[in-house]
Amino acid sequence: MDLYEYQGKQFFARFGIPVSAGDVATTVDEAVAVAERVGYPVVVKAQVQVGGRGKAGGIKLANSTEEVRTHAGNILGMDIKGHIVHVVWVEVASDIAEEYYASFTLDRSAKKHLGMLSAQGGVEIETVAEENPDAIAKIWVDPVDGLTDASARAWVAAAKLNPAATEGTVEILKKLYRAYTEGDADLAEINPLILKPTGEVHALDAKVSLDANSLYRHADYEAYDATQVRDQRETEAHEKGLQYVGLEGSVGVIANGAGLAMSTVDIINQVGGKPANFLDIGGGSNAAVMAGALEVINNDPNVRSIFINIFGGITKGEEVANGIVQALASVNIDSPIVIRLDGTNADEGRAILAGHLSEKLQMAPNMLSAARRAVELAGGTPK
Amino acid sequence: MSIFVDENTKVIYQGLTGSQGRYYGLSNRAYGTNVVGGTNPKKAGTDVEGIPVFASVADAVSATGANASCIFIPAPGVRDAVMEAAEGGIQFIACITEGVPAHDEAWFFNKLQRDFPNVRLLGPNCPGIISPGKCNIGITAGHIAKPGGPVGIVSRSGTLTYQALYELQQQDIGVTTCVGIGGDPVPGTSFIDCLRAFEADPDTKAVMMIGEIGGSAEEEAAEFIKNHMSKPVSAYIAGGTAPAGKKMGHAGAIVSGGKGTAQAKMEALQDAGVRIGLNPTEAGAHMVDIVRSL
Repeated sequence: MDLYEYQGKQFFARFGIPVSAGDVATTVDEAVAVAERVGYPVVVKAQVQVGGRGKAGGIKLANSTEEVRTHAGNILGMDIKGHIVHVVWVEVASDIAEEYYASFTLDRSAKKHLGMLSAQGGVEIETVAEENPDAIAKIWVDPVDGLTDASARAWVAAAKLNPAATEGTVEILKKLYRAYTEGDADLAEINPLILKPTGEVHALDAKVSLDANSLYRHADYEAYDATQVRDQRETEAHEKGLQYVGLEGSVGVIANGAGLAMSTVDIINQVGGKPANFLDIGGGSNAAVMAGALEVINNDPNVRSIFINIFGGITKGEEVANGIVQALASVNIDSPIVIRLDGTNADEGRAILAGHLSEKLQMAPNMLSAARRAVELAGGTPK
Repeated sequence: MSIFVDENTKVIYQGLTGSQGRYYGLSNRAYGTNVVGGTNPKKAGTDVEGIPVFASVADAVSATGANASCIFIPAPGVRDAVMEAAEGGIQFIACITEGVPAHDEAWFFNKLQRDFPNVRLLGPNCPGIISPGKCNIGITAGHIAKPGGPVGIVSRSGTLTYQALYELQQQDIGVTTCVGIGGDPVPGTSFIDCLRAFEADPDTKAVMMIGEIGGSAEEEAAEFIKNHMSKPVSAYIAGGTAPAGKKMGHAGAIVSGGKGTAQAKMEALQDAGVRIGLNPTEAGAHMVDIVRSL
């Protein structure tokens, strides 16, 4: 779950990480009101979850009411790489002496938390990692020990920041580690972390991604979840509790199991089609879940055919087939459906489906032939 | 032979009295697994169709000699459940529960490694493990696996594992052990742990591996195969056409910052001499070829 910059800053502030005074605005008048309150000069920043905001003209300095009015007016509604700006963050402008980079994330390979700190901030860390890997000081933190003061100090020393920044950076990194762990973040990144001419260290940006599995212990994350960018299909699927990812194609996909659903998306591409989505319905026999999945796919205007790919494990083929038949009786589906049913009691399941076959409901003996048929029904020429 | 679990494994179910724990505990027992107990502090002294319920893992171990545990506790209780199992004397823990926060997984992975280096954790968010004909712990449908050998299976995906077992059974090919390591970011048991065990198991002659996008576990496995494995391996990697930045159902299945792509994983495995299938059926067909030519 990715946070917007303003949410990330509010999140950091709760852990005592210094951020600039500011607030969100959804209209020009609100932006002016924030600017008057925090004092000029201010920076007006587009709130979108995509890189390159500055280059796109989504970040502007304003010295007066008039300038805030102009910039907020231009930025609100702006299209940045397909993301429309609905919210701006207006904050007091900071004097910058130096720009650094700091982050924590999980190193899945080392199975420890990875902290990265660099004197080269304000640019993409991937670029620094490629061009000048030695400029990034890394620390692997064992989650059982946590980040100690001594290890934080050694880490900061290794990054060769301006000595004036040492104390402030150590303090911020300890707080950032707390925010990252106690807040169940997948990523907590400050870029740039700035040293001001006055000697203070300060988070000028905030990039935070939270672990959706931790929602049960962070009741306040509901608010973040509500502002996630989802297209209409993803919103509907999310409301139904389905594991759904929207794609661009015309073949709707329903499968039981994340691996099988990914595999189904792959095989449609392999035979020359374009999948409309990824959708994992889990166990596979529940008629209500199947009906919900079919509704979401049916509401996607790009869908021309639907590929239901079920492998029965514990769930028997006849239960799966009955679930599909019941679901089809409860929702009216526009596009033709191709079913591949295999696994436990597949023959019994196929026998049940055989009584309901038509132009709109077809069956195929295996994944490959089902994928080809679905692509054909979507108007494509299968390979 | 088999790896990690066999006919001598005595299993308890943490969460036996819940609906999932009860269903799979009984299914596993019906398969022939030596199911010796379950835990629930509020229901100690009762039983689930003859399976005794104990107050704690320690009590269950001292009463039954259990050496394995299967966890069906809801996600908020998993961290404590895993530690309770290890502290109670369990040697093999299979955690089926999905939705466990990644920070909890990272914590108990490191805690186990430090304080209980001989305890093996499988999962969380995994289908479990089956040594066909001997022991089935978790949610795998036992009847789709043919006992014996010569194939060992290790997989990050549940349904694709079932498919692999089924396709091998259709070809009358047996399986020594099938391990579902799960799709989360910090799996307790890795591909390499399983590959090493299969390499050492005399009855396993070939290994089938099913991976997914995200992380670098498959690349690390490829390095291991290249340097330490004499047995042939076939593999399939799901998610080759998944868009970057999107979690494909499993918390760990995400391509981010250009890392964790199926392409890179397939290339690394191919370079290690692994036969790659572009879909699960093709990987299964490769395995059939490999077994026929053993």
